[in-house]
Amino acid sequence: MNVTKPVGAAFEGIGASVRRKEDLRFLRGRGRYTDDLSRPEQLQAWILRSPHAHARILSIDTAAAAAMPGVQAVLTAKEAEADGLGGVPCGWQVTGKGGQVMAEPMHPVLASGKVRHVGDPVAMVVAETKAQARDAAEAILVEYAPLPALPDMAAALAPRAVALHDEAPGNLCFDWEIGDKAATDAAFAGAHKVVRFETTNNRLVPNAMEPRAALGEYDPNADEYTLTTTSQNPHVIRLLMGGFVLKVPEAKLRVVAPDVGGGFGSKIYHYAEEALVTWAARRVGRPVKWTCERSESFLSDAHGRDHVTRAELALDAEGRFLGLRVETLANMGAYLSTFAPAIPTYLSATLLAGCYTTPAIHGQVKAVFTSTVPVDAYRGAGRPETTYLLERLVDVAARETGIDRIEIRRRNFIHPDQFPYQTPVALQYDSGDYETTLRLALEAADHAGFEQRRAEAKARGKLRGIGISTYLEACGIAPSKLVGQLGARAGLYEVANIRVHPTGSISVFTGTHSHGQGHETTFAQLVAEQLGVPLGSVEIVHGDTGKIPFGMGTYGSRSLAVGGAAMVKAMDKIIAKGRRIAAHLLEASVEDIEFGVDEAGGRFRVAGTDRTKSLAEISMAAYVPHDYPIEELEPGLEETAFYDPKNFTYPGGCHVCEVEIDPETGETQVVNFTACDDVGRVINPMIVEGQIQGGLAQGIGQALLEGTVYDSEGQLLTASLNDYAMPRATQVPSFGVSTAVTLCTHNPLGVKGCGEVGAIGSPPAVINAVVDALRELGVTHVEMPATPLKIWSIIQGKGGALSAATA
Amino acid sequence: MYDFAYHKPSSIADAVKLLTDDPDAKPVSGGMTLLPALKHRLNQPTALVDLSGIAELRDVRREGDALVIGAMVRHYEVATDPQIMAAIPALARMASTIGDTQVRNRGTIGGSIANNDPAADYPAAALALGATIVTDRRSIPADDFFLGMFTTALEPGELVTAISFPIPEKAGYAKLRNPASRYSMTGVFVARGPKGVGVGVNGAGPCAFRQAEMEAALAANWSVEAVAGVKQAPDDLNSDIHGSAEYRANLVTVMAKRAVADAG
Repeated sequence: MNVTKPVGAAFEGIGASVRRKEDLRFLRGRGRYTDDLSRPEQLQAWILRSPHAHARILSIDTAAAAAMPGVQAVLTAKEAEADGLGGVPCGWQVTGKGGQVMAEPMHPVLASGKVRHVGDPVAMVVAETKAQARDAAEAILVEYAPLPALPDMAAALAPRAVALHDEAPGNLCFDWEIGDKAATDAAFAGAHKVVRFETTNNRLVPNAMEPRAALGEYDPNADEYTLTTTSQNPHVIRLLMGGFVLKVPEAKLRVVAPDVGGGFGSKIYHYAEEALVTWAARRVGRPVKWTCERSESFLSDAHGRDHVTRAELALDAEGRFLGLRVETLANMGAYLSTFAPAIPTYLSATLLAGCYTTPAIHGQVKAVFTSTVPVDAYRGAGRPETTYLLERLVDVAARETGIDRIEIRRRNFIHPDQFPYQTPVALQYDSGDYETTLRLALEAADHAGFEQRRAEAKARGKLRGIGISTYLEACGIAPSKLVGQLGARAGLYEVANIRVHPTGSISVFTGTHSHGQGHETTFAQLVAEQLGVPLGSVEIVHGDTGKIPFGMGTYGSRSLAVGGAAMVKAMDKIIAKGRRIAAHLLEASVEDIEFGVDEAGGRFRVAGTDRTKSLAEISMAAYVPHDYPIEELEPGLEETAFYDPKNFTYPGGCHVCEVEIDPETGETQVVNFTACDDVGRVINPMIVEGQIQGGLAQGIGQALLEGTVYDSEGQLLTASLNDYAMPRATQVPSFGVSTAVTLCTHNPLGVKGCGEVGAIGSPPAVINAVVDALRELGVTHVEMPATPLKIWSIIQGKGGALSAATA
Repeated sequence: MYDFAYHKPSSIADAVKLLTDDPDAKPVSGGMTLLPALKHRLNQPTALVDLSGIAELRDVRREGDALVIGAMVRHYEVATDPQIMAAIPALARMASTIGDTQVRNRGTIGGSIANNDPAADYPAAALALGATIVTDRRSIPADDFFLGMFTTALEPGELVTAISFPIPEKAGYAKLRNPASRYSMTGVFVARGPKGVGVGVNGAGPCAFRQAEMEAALAANWSVEAVAGVKQAPDDLNSDIHGSAEYRANLVTVMAKRAVADAG
C-alpha cells in the first residue's frame, strides 16, 4: 500500500506521536468506570471474607444479619450449591511428568466446607446501602476450626504437611518438565565450568489504580443478564462465568467492561465476585453492585510472581553457554486462577534460552498450593521471572569466569543471521538484533564514562554501580494450535469487525480491551492511515460483548500484534469489496481497480486513469444503492476478520541501570536508566514510550520496593499501602528510552508488542547494578526487593549477601 | 464507618463541654489518622467534635522568645508561615516533609502532637526545642507530655490548644522515610537554644525520645563529628519488616549527623 503524508495536515498515521484521544475524558475526570455507573433500584454488596488462612467452616448463622435494616439477601455456599453454581474455572491444563494431569481442585464462588486463604469469600450481603451490607456482614456468625496455615511453599511441601485440597495430596498441583534432560546432562558432563544460582522472584501485589468492581443486572422480561465489570477481556468472562459458573447461555448474558483504570494482568481473570453480583441480581430482582476497597484488593486480587528457582549453567573455556538446568517451585496460592498454571511453564520455562545460543536446556517446574491469595499473571507473567534468573545468572557467570559482563553476553548472543532460531525449549524466534540494542543502549547510557561517575560518587560517599540486562520475551499470545498443544483450553486469536458507514466514517469493533494502553488512538491511527480517512473519522469500540462479535481481550502485549493484525485482515476485505463496487460504478473490471491513499484520502482508481471513487463514495453506494450489482454483491461495507498468529512475537532489547547506594542508610537511588527496546514497528512512539516507562517503573518497584510478606499464620503483613511499598515519582529517574526495530516476520504489521518489555527487562538490570555497586564488599547477590534494611544489613555483614548465590 | 453524631463548636469551651459530657466522643482536627481508622471500622466514637470551627486554635504568634502555634494550624501553614519560617526554619522544613500535599493541607500540628504516633514528625521537634504543650486547662512541658506509643499526658476531654516553641539559635532535622508509608522510620531533630541543646528522635522507638548522650556531645562541641561517635543502643527500639531495631539504632546516629549538618 502506497502511503503518502497528506499535504497541509498534521501527520497522524503510523509513526506519529498523536496525542491520546481518550485523555480528554480521563484528564477531566470524565471517564466512566464501573463504580461510576449506578442503576435505578441498585443494591450494594459486601463480601464477608475469611480471617483465617486455613480453617474448617463448622457453621454459618446468617439469621441475625438477614434481619438487619436494608438487607435484601445473605448468600453463602449453601445458596450457591442449591442454585447449582459451578466453581470458578481455570483456563489452562498442565500435563506433568509421566502424563500426570495437574490437580485441579474446585474453586467455589463462596467458601464451601473450608476457607483456604485470608480473604477467601465466605458470604455476600446485599443491602440498600454499602454501610448496611457491611453492618450485616459483621452480624454473620461463622464458626471456624482453624487448621495449620501453609503460608509459603516450604511449609506446603514439608513432609506431613496438611493438604489444602483433598484433590492435591502433598499440596502439589503438578510436576512438569521441558527440554532434553539427557542432552543437558551430557553438556554439563563436558563443561569447563558450572555456575550455580538460586533466587526467589518476589511476590507482588498488582495494585491497579482502579479497584475491581462489578455490577450485575437481570431483566426478568427477557431473562437476560448484564454484568459490568473491571475486566481486560469481557468475552472471556462471559465464556467462563456463563459457561461454567452460572450456566447462562451467551445469548442471555452481556458482559461490559467500560473504562478500566489499569489491569496489569490482575483484571484478566474471572473472579467470584463477578458471578456473585450477577447471580444475586437475579435472586433479588434488582441490580447489585460491588466495589472492592483497597485493603480488600490486597486480599482478593490475584498476586504475581512468587517463584523459587535453582539454576545451573555449564560453560566452556571461552565462556560459551553449553547447558542450562533450572528447577522452579511456583506458588499457585490457594486456588488455580484463570492463567495460573501457564505462567511458570509455557510463559516462563519456554523462554529459558533468552537471547542466547545455549544448545541444551532442561527445566522443571513444581506448582504448589499454599494458603495464600491465588497467584497469576502480572505484567510480564513468567517472562520477568525467567529474564531475572537468566540475566542475574549471566552476571554471576561473568564474575566467576572473569569475563566481562558485556563480553560474555556478546559471545552467546543469537546473531541476526541465525533467524529463524529454534530454541531447545519449544519456541522458534523469528527476528531480533540483540547486538544492536546492546550497543545503542550502552552508547546512550555513556557506559564508557561510567568509571568516572563511580569515582565522583565515591568522593561523595556514595557507592555507584551499573548493571545491564539483555533480554528477550514472547508476546502476542497466541498461536492457537501451539498453545492448545501446551494446554490452553481456548485458542487465543483475535477478532476485528470494521464498519464503514455510509458517509465514510468508520467504527472498529475490537475484541481487545484498552485499560490504559491508548488503543482508541493507536488503532485509529492504523485504520485511518490504511483506509485513507482522517483520524477523527475512526471510532474504536471495545469492551462490550453486546457490540463486538468475539475477542480474547488484552494481556501478554497482544493487542496490536494480534488485534491489530485482525484489523488489517478486515481492512483487506473492506478494500476487496470496495474494489468490486468501484468496478461496477466505474464500469471497469475488478482486476483494473486499485486502492490507494493520496492527499485526498483513500481512493479506488481505474489503473492508469484519473477515474476514481473515494472510499466515502463507495460506502454511500454500498448502503443506499440505486445502481448496484445487487445480484452478485450484497450491500453494506462491513467486514469481520479473525486473526490467529502464526507464532509468538519476540521483543528484546537492552536495559542499562545506574544506581547510587547510600552506605549509611542502605538506600538505593536509581540515578540513570537507559532502555533500547526492539518492539517491532511502532505506530505511536509517544504511547510506546509511555508503556515502556510505566513498565520500567514497575520493574524498579519489583527490584527495590515491592515485597509481599505473609507471617507464619498466613496473615498478610503487607496488606495495605502502609506496608506494601509502591514506586513513587521520586524513586524513578528520568528515563532514557529508545527503540531499534527489527520487524516481526509473520504478522502483517511487523509489530511485536511493547506493554511488558519495561517490567521484564528492568529488574535484573537494577539488581546487577546494585551488586556492582557493592562489589568491593564482596557481595555477589542481593535478593529482591533490595530494600534499605536489606542492603544496610549486607553492608554490615549481617547476612543476605551470599545466601542466594552459591558458587 | 459506623454512624456517629457530628458537632462543630466555635469555642474551646464548647468543644471541651461536648467531650466531657460524652466520654465516647472524639475530637477531630485534620482527621488524617482518625478518619482512616473510622473507615476501617477500627474505632467507633459516638460523636465527632470537629475543631475546625474554632478560630482561636489557628493563631500563630510571637510571645517573647517563643513562637506559639495554634493546635489547628495545618502542616502546610507551618511549612509556609513567614513567622515560623523566620523563627524556626527547621520546623517549617520538617512540616513540608510530612505526608503529601493533601495530608499537609488537612493535618494539623495539634492533632499530630495529641495523637503521638511513634512515626510522627512533630514530637521529636517538640522535645528537642523544649516546647510546652498548651491545653484548655494547663501547660505541659514536652518532656512530660509524650508518655508512650499513642499515649500522652492528656486527660479525658482535655484539648491541645497550642504548642509554644522557644526560638532556638539553630535547629535542624533529618529523617529516613519508611519505604511504604513514608512516615518517619527514624528522624532526628537537633536544636541549640535558650534551654540548651536538645536532640529529639522519632520513628525509632515506641515513643519519641530525647537522646541525652548526643545532647551532651553537642553541648560540648556542636559538630557533625560530635554525634558521629555516639551510638544508640537498639534495646527497646521498634522492629518491623521495614527496619530492625539495629537498623533504626544506626539511623539515629546517621540522621543526627545529617540534622546537625542541616542546622549548620
